[in-house]
Amino acid sequence: MDFGLTEEQELLQDTLRSFVAGESPVSKLREICDSESGYDPKVWEDLLELGIGGLIVPEEYGGVEMEILDLALVSEILGEGSVPVPFLGHSMAVAAILYAGSEEQKQKWLPVLASGEMLGSIAYAESTDEGEIWEASQATTQLSDGKLNGTKRFVPHGQFADLVVVSVSGGGLAVVEIASAGAKLEPADSLDRSRPLSSIVFEGTPAQELPNADAAVVARIRDIGLVLLAADSFGAAWQLTRMTIEYAKERKQFGTPLAQFQGVKHQISNMATDLDPTRALWWYAAHALDHIADESEKNCALAKAHITERSMEVARSAFELHGGIGYTWECDLQYWFKRAMFNRVFLGTPSEHRARYADLAGW
Amino acid sequence: MDLKLGKEHEAFREEVIEFLKGWPLSGEETKLPQVEQDQIFRNQAIEKGYVYRDIPTKYGGSEQPHDVIKDTIIQDEFRKVGAPGNIFSIGAAMVAPTLLECAREELCDRFVESAIRGEVNWCQGYSEPNAGSDLASLQTRAELDGDEWVINGQKAWTSMAAEADYMFGLFRTEPDAPKHKGISYLLIDMKAPGITIRPVKQINGGLEFNEVFFDNVRTPVGMMVSERGKGWQVSRATLKHERNLIGDPNMLRNTYLALVELAKKTIRNGRPAIQDPRVRDRLAEIEGYVTTQEYSGLRQLSAAAKGEELKVMLPMMMNKLYSTDTAMMLTRLSQDIIGGDGLIAPNDAETAMAREVQHTPGRWVYEYTAAIAHSIAGGASNIQRNIIGERALGLPRDLRLE
Repeated sequence: MDFGLTEEQELLQDTLRSFVAGESPVSKLREICDSESGYDPKVWEDLLELGIGGLIVPEEYGGVEMEILDLALVSEILGEGSVPVPFLGHSMAVAAILYAGSEEQKQKWLPVLASGEMLGSIAYAESTDEGEIWEASQATTQLSDGKLNGTKRFVPHGQFADLVVVSVSGGGLAVVEIASAGAKLEPADSLDRSRPLSSIVFEGTPAQELPNADAAVVARIRDIGLVLLAADSFGAAWQLTRMTIEYAKERKQFGTPLAQFQGVKHQISNMATDLDPTRALWWYAAHALDHIADESEKNCALAKAHITERSMEVARSAFELHGGIGYTWECDLQYWFKRAMFNRVFLGTPSEHRARYADLAGW
Repeated sequence: MDLKLGKEHEAFREEVIEFLKGWPLSGEETKLPQVEQDQIFRNQAIEKGYVYRDIPTKYGGSEQPHDVIKDTIIQDEFRKVGAPGNIFSIGAAMVAPTLLECAREELCDRFVESAIRGEVNWCQGYSEPNAGSDLASLQTRAELDGDEWVINGQKAWTSMAAEADYMFGLFRTEPDAPKHKGISYLLIDMKAPGITIRPVKQINGGLEFNEVFFDNVRTPVGMMVSERGKGWQVSRATLKHERNLIGDPNMLRNTYLALVELAKKTIRNGRPAIQDPRVRDRLAEIEGYVTTQEYSGLRQLSAAAKGEELKVMLPMMMNKLYSTDTAMMLTRLSQDIIGGDGLIAPNDAETAMAREVQHTPGRWVYEYTAAIAHSIAGGASNIQRNIIGERALGLPRDLRLE
């Protein structure tokens, strides 16, 4: 038994960490987030050279054929750096085509997605009269005769995507080559500037159905998204904890570093204790997606619900311990806080996933 | 990651399961008192190498090579069928390993076997009225008189002192040395003249705690573990064993499963409590903590099996705080579910330490109060937060401490 990472996985994370420190430091993040478009393809292109565009794609389609856990390990590091790249949407789009696509579709899209020639994203969320929808099985967007009609919200990096996987009425999935299809894109004023969002209006937009998108496959694609969000939040919340530790060691009041006050020290210990053990939770959930099929759905729901929730508590304490400076635009805390807020809501809030967990547990 | 056990350990699990078919005992033996039945089965388990694996055979253990995975398989399988494994006592869980780690052979010869067989009962003399979290400030002194130590002072919160045959504890033998270096670790016969035991009633009605007074109590010089002034180091070894007891993730899982059952069978507002969305939400939230603790424990176990403890030092230091906080949350929900039954005090059976307990409402009241005790015993939560902050996160030490 080995509940740990392989040397290759540790190396993958170390490599990415160095990359982020060198190519996507917080100064760069600030520059990109404050820019007009909110996106700099350069960082993404450099990351693609490390193979992260097609991490789980089999070699025959131009990928490096690694596991979901590897994908989640990448997500942790991107969260840790609040790296402003379209990894989340792209990875889910890749997963959708890989698991639900026909052989022809896989040959057509996987190699160009893996190389990064095309950028993918997913369009799941809808606002309907019945309320907000994230679950693909509840989508109301219509696909008939190869044409899409409906409106999707919160498409990550949607305005930069070449291809979008759309959830459609009946629980299926469809692919739109967005640039050529003429769908109407409306960039939103996103809170998390590292992952800008768009709405997309489909009006008779040409699309291709993914034929193998049965309920289990659609659930698996969602679960991959959930575990990526959990890992990203874990990384982001650890970064907030680290920043708080550094600040509390440097900042002096009453003539002494804040960290010497037990009230401060204990609050930091609580942040770390709430967070660090959950590493095993998302590792397990990601591992289950590849190796323990009947455990994966519950564990992914739990990981997303628990970790994205705990991360917000960590963020809250980080602000409290930074005092007024933490509340300013100049302070870097906001990037990770907003990252964690995104992760908490995207694909459904923690309470929704806890409700789903309760159903899955047969309660 | 590879969570499959591997051939050797899978085979080992099968072997253990096969052996456990012998529990409960059958035939004439079932007429014996439970304690004797337990001992008969335990002896068979020692014979097979399943029980007291870290204890040398000459002391009645099974002296097996260190294998944390096998330890866990044994614990899991024994627990499933409620079979008697290692005795759950202060003597077996804390004294025996500490003596083996720190004491001269003569003391091990004298005390280890009787401790693990449960024939001799032990109590721990650490805390004092003015030395709790700041244990090293303890003042109960031992002075050398010929070949005996003469002890005067008072210990507090001494669990099971009235039932104990011996005490192990910390005493100030070097009053002029710096506080941590002036302490020695002594063993004392609880029947020695000069010892007075006064029970302290707990909030759950139990009388497990005691104050122990020492008035010129004598213990031979040979009863010192390790050397003069080394008591603090020895106590670290014991405390480690105590924390191991408290941080057991499976115990949390069992209590959690009992909580889910409680929610299923308790009727609130005309339907099982588990159908209430608020209860479902709280249960799922607590499940997040319980599962985290379980997987984190698995991760630590697997790292320990590979000799890579350093990689998991952080979650290891957090075990106690994490599990006691989770237990608090978990038992608090039980009180919401039982409602008015929480106004009734638990009876004797409900407060008993037993391998298998019936989770009656009274038992949940007891568990709720016990959760409070766990956040204090073995290093209070705020001490844990200091340890995590200073040793794991690199925060500076408190003000005004050396």
